Amino acid sequence: MEEKKLAIIATKGTLDWAYPPFILASTAAALGYETEIFFTFYGLQLLKKDLDLKVSPLGNPGMPMPMGMDKWFPTILTALPGMEAVMTSMMKKKMADKGVASLEELRELCQEAEVRLIACQMTVDLFDMDTNDFIDGIEYAGAARFFEFAGESDICLYI
Amino acid sequence: MANYDEELDASGLNCPLPILRAKKALAGMESGKVLRIIATDPGSVKDFEAFAKQTGNELLESGEEGGKFVFLIKKV
Repeated sequence: MEEKKLAIIATKGTLDWAYPPFILASTAAALGYETEIFFTFYGLQLLKKDLDLKVSPLGNPGMPMPMGMDKWFPTILTALPGMEAVMTSMMKKKMADKGVASLEELRELCQEAEVRLIACQMTVDLFDMDTNDFIDGIEYAGAARFFEFAGESDICLYI
Repeated sequence: MANYDEELDASGLNCPLPILRAKKALAGMESGKVLRIIATDPGSVKDFEAFAKQTGNELLESGEEGGKFVFLIKKV
């Protein structure tokens, strides 16, 4: 059976959206897929050694909130200082309570399973990012490098 | 419940951890050996079916015991 291939582009740098790329990539690897994730723009945050990701209730009417607040809490108040920190710590607690893996753990599992992690060189340059802030074992490359693998992939996801 | 060689308790863990832990446990086992997995994630029922189908490992049993899900997987 020829190995299937999964290519993912990770473009988002918030706590909630950090999960799908790592969950799907680690699972695919466990199922025997050869897997690559290309991190671009805000997705680069997911490669930082120190993952300080946040989730914001602002402009996110689909986000469940405690006490049914998503139904009655005025949207403008979700912009108040401190709301982001409160929602972030609540989300982290909920995930830990429900036995959802931490992002660090999922990312490590991906690396153990030889999921290739590729950082977009253009984004690194654009935002003057320091590559010392990123984890080891990643590759820096451009769009052409992504297509080299994506063009051969069975599944290609943009997250 | 049939015999098994190794056991993995994935109770309290959520998707995709039971699958990832099972994959790891199976990797350290010889072909033909049976792994028993205990999980509490209701999604794991369909997930282990799909895991077996896609990896070729055989799902010998899938059931419930004392409110937990129990699977027997034979390494291919």
